[in-house]
Amino acid sequence: MKIVVCVKQVPDTASDRKLKPAASSGGGGTLDRAAVDGEVNELDTYAIEEGLRIAESQGEGSTVTVLTMGPDKAAEVIRKALSMGADDGVHVQDDALTGSDALGTSLVLAEALRRYAEGFDLVILGSESTDARMGVMTAMVAERLGVPQVSLASKVDIDGGTIRIRRVSDDGYHEVESTLPAVISVVEKINEPRYPSFKGIMAAKKKPVQTVSLADLQIAPDQVGLAGAATEVTDFSVRPPRQSGTIVKDDGDGGVKVAEFLAARKFI
Amino acid sequence: MAEILVLAEHAGGDVKKVTGELITLARRFGTPAVVWAGPGAEEGRARCAEFGAEKIYVADDPAVDDHVTAPVAMLLAQLVRDQSASLVLIAGTPQGKEVAGRLAVKLDSGVLTDAVDLVPGDEGPVAEQSIFGGATVVHARVKRGVPIVAMRPNAISPQAAEGAAELVPVTLSEQADGARVLERVIAERGERPDLTEAAIVVSGGRGTGGPDGFVLIEQLADALGAAVGASRAVTDAGWYPHKFQVGQTGKTVSPQLYMAIGISGAIQHRAGMQTSKTIIAVNKDPEAPILELADYGVVGDLFKVVPQLLDEVAKRKSL
Repeated sequence: MKIVVCVKQVPDTASDRKLKPAASSGGGGTLDRAAVDGEVNELDTYAIEEGLRIAESQGEGSTVTVLTMGPDKAAEVIRKALSMGADDGVHVQDDALTGSDALGTSLVLAEALRRYAEGFDLVILGSESTDARMGVMTAMVAERLGVPQVSLASKVDIDGGTIRIRRVSDDGYHEVESTLPAVISVVEKINEPRYPSFKGIMAAKKKPVQTVSLADLQIAPDQVGLAGAATEVTDFSVRPPRQSGTIVKDDGDGGVKVAEFLAARKFI
Repeated sequence: MAEILVLAEHAGGDVKKVTGELITLARRFGTPAVVWAGPGAEEGRARCAEFGAEKIYVADDPAVDDHVTAPVAMLLAQLVRDQSASLVLIAGTPQGKEVAGRLAVKLDSGVLTDAVDLVPGDEGPVAEQSIFGGATVVHARVKRGVPIVAMRPNAISPQAAEGAAELVPVTLSEQADGARVLERVIAERGERPDLTEAAIVVSGGRGTGGPDGFVLIEQLADALGAAVGASRAVTDAGWYPHKFQVGQTGKTVSPQLYMAIGISGAIQHRAGMQTSKTIIAVNKDPEAPILELADYGVVGDLFKVVPQLLDEVAKRKSL
């Protein structure tokens, strides 16, 4: 079985994340990626783990390819996935990609899948990224590739050419079935991602990673990046700290005081 | 006036609260027209009319209901083209955002998600988004195609207005396909409101000490008619089910009142609740970051403060 996992490098969620100047100041309001440490989007680690588990259960000949799009430094997330056990990587890197919106990114991923992962059975993504948090990429990539979308999975079973998942719904879950190939997304806690072993880290250094440009994908630079984006950040502001509220120490009447506050605000 | 398409969130004929929010919002931009995929439109019609829906496009086709995401996006794309709609509003739930993503590709239109407000601007609607855990407020707009906006539930107050809510049957011009839904399982939720829709959310953190202590959170939630939430520390430890996690990798909530009990307020948690209108925190650590966000904070032992609060609420109710 041929499996591809799409991963994204995101800023460390604990770091001080910032945007570059927005349209009103002549910029794109894009994430300042150079300013902070990058890490693998946490929700993608579940996708990597699920890919590895499926490959292991499908036996000999199964492969896991890691696909990412991002600047030079995004190669780190491919190495991380390779050290967990993935077989090879594809890194789409091009200066013209800076500032791509979701439409641009999905175009790049879909073209990379078509050209560099031909004949895939399964594409796996995390349910969203911790930076943009849009949660649209799986649906967009499936739409572009014209293959079934089997997303928000909290459980995945594969039987021959059929995939069956438990899809999270707002009030429970749906059992969903599809033929392969398919594009799937997994939610947090579907599994416990493994840590790379020392052996895995050493082996990763020898695994092949292809670097691919927009020209290789036959995508014009103005279809992606800020130039090709269909959305625009017009301005932004750092939220002023919330006006500090009333903080009291519990002197045996803390509960009563909270009740008084609730009553004053008509919550009770 | 141009039509504004609102994708209804509904369970059968039961209209979800967010649908009323979206119809209210649509009125700022044009004539609200609800898009109803699946059964139940007859029963849901009156509710949509109450918020000012002029039309309800109904695709009560089992193929739409039985396939994941794709047919709903098809239906919306067809209506955008046929009705020359100028804006599409979708609930910013994980499932709604998937529809928004597919529709954006079909129409080659820009999509904005997790908007907390949307106002008319010189160059089309301007969305307000709250990012990086609420630390930064962004204004964004769509500069190509028909704007598709997924709104965060609970961000807009639904307002009554009279609408004709005329039912208009629609037939999909293409065959629905893709992944099929075999079975729907409704999880037991009891009597509590849905976490993302609730006006009040009471959340417990590590300070509750375990499942036994967490019972206090449930009791307080029930006393206030609130939904229960939990911090990641709690769900990771298995004290409470994962689906109740509020935060960066869990649910994002925007209630009228958020009570953080025994939660320190790490960025991971703040990301999911920072846009709540009023925040109350109870924490024994005076340095806990959650207190910086709180409109009202008590530094003290939750096992003393919460039982006293429960007594007090009961007393006031019986007055």
